[in-house]
Amino acid sequence: MEAPELLSLNKFNVNEKEAHIVINKEICAQCQDKPCLIVCPAALYKLDKNDIIFDYAGCLECGTCRVVCKNKGIIKWEYPKGTFGVNFRYG
Amino acid sequence: MSKDYAYDAIIIGAGPAGIACAYTLAKNGKSTLVIERGNTPGSKNVTGGRLYTYALDMVDEGLAAEAALERKVTHEQIIILDGNRSISIDYHDPSFNSECKSPQSYTILRAVFDEWFANKAVELGATVACGIKVDGLIEKNGQVVGVVAGEDNIYAGIVIAADGVNSLIAQKAGLISDIKPHAVGVGVKEVILLPSVTIESRFNLKKDEGASCLMLGCTEGIHGGGFLYTNRESISLGCVFVVDELAGHGRQVHDIFQELKMHPTIYPLIEGGETVEYGAHLVSEAGYREFPKKPYKDGLLVIGDSAGFVISTGYSLRGIDLAMVSGIAAARAIIAEKDPVRVGPVYMNELEKNLLMPTMKAVDGYYDILEIPRIYSSYPKLAAGLFEKLFTVDGKVPRSMKKEIRGLIKQNGLSAWQLIKDGFRGVKSI
Repeated sequence: MEAPELLSLNKFNVNEKEAHIVINKEICAQCQDKPCLIVCPAALYKLDKNDIIFDYAGCLECGTCRVVCKNKGIIKWEYPKGTFGVNFRYG
Repeated sequence: MSKDYAYDAIIIGAGPAGIACAYTLAKNGKSTLVIERGNTPGSKNVTGGRLYTYALDMVDEGLAAEAALERKVTHEQIIILDGNRSISIDYHDPSFNSECKSPQSYTILRAVFDEWFANKAVELGATVACGIKVDGLIEKNGQVVGVVAGEDNIYAGIVIAADGVNSLIAQKAGLISDIKPHAVGVGVKEVILLPSVTIESRFNLKKDEGASCLMLGCTEGIHGGGFLYTNRESISLGCVFVVDELAGHGRQVHDIFQELKMHPTIYPLIEGGETVEYGAHLVSEAGYREFPKKPYKDGLLVIGDSAGFVISTGYSLRGIDLAMVSGIAAARAIIAEKDPVRVGPVYMNELEKNLLMPTMKAVDGYYDILEIPRIYSSYPKLAAGLFEKLFTVDGKVPRSMKKEIRGLIKQNGLSAWQLIKDGFRGVKSI
């Protein structure tokens, strides 16, 4: 199963007004390794030419991207506001 | 408009650590507020899936018997994988788990368990407020006196950070450093529905019995491993990878995991099942050696995953039980010591008394073994190769096993000296 199909099984309450993770594309473009492309279990970091594209909507809130981000292209990483984000029904 | 409230204790996070603490405090008459960012307790939590029940009985005698658990673990399995091959070890003793008063461990699903556990604390008088995220701490003259949640400032005699492995609260308070990629693993997991009779026949289980299975050699050489737990009507199947090694790897984490699912030994166990959830979570791989020097400051205690109370020995994984025990230790310290400035050292003393720190210390050597990179690829290959030679009968004159082993060692890029060194390190560490 591909990541989008797996994510479609989960229950999310996406905060359309505010992203809980924000990246700075210019900093990310300078990053050689781009480990976020590999480690995100939801595969939400994608490469378009040399630009990182990121969509916070399917985020599983694990925090792995924050841990590997060396060049601090992730300029904001917070948990979503209360009630928003993923809702595990099994866990 | 901001409102001010006063509680004896505010606990950030309604996981097993936070609830064990809240339960103990509420039972001893302390006004306790638990703040949970998820809609319900457990809705942000993912676990492999096993709880050692002694910890629940330590919270309150008899609690384990009524807990929302899945299956009692009667089969302990280890599977070593290499390519399409596998070696399975299944420890089963019919008396295992039946002689003790309550079974030693159960598989669990966290969304179910955490909610049940939180309700038990509520019954004793604790308040559990869900759907609220704590944004920060309120400090006065260097002492934590409350929390900020949205527009509200809430004050308490003491604050307990139980916000999990990625504890932004403990980091903001300067008690733990930013997580290092070598000290943490990312776990991914699918919950796969299957009828209970199918699970019982595939794993050779009686009703209510369960299997716990750890897998080695399924991480493409990355420090980590797979896990499988049988629930009542589902299977939790997942894999953990240490983050810094994964980052340097070419393949995406979910791709490697999907390959594990399709392995000829694993797939028949989940065949026909329906995946209903895909979760991910960080898990501490730091152990005692990287335990924070001071998991407290004036007015603040750090418990559970936030402090790094996780044990991974390679054959067993513990976290939920340790989280609860640390929560109990924090509660006992708060009950015994009225002054929030002095409660930290009492908490440390309680961690010693209830054997949590001695346990963390005792198994610290296992982390030396788990740091040997060969365990995750070369050794599974060596073991599978050895079994292949053992079971091959082709009518030719068999070569001596000594020669076969020497050949396999060379073929897998190893040396006898390396094996001896690792063996010595292994024996020394356990």
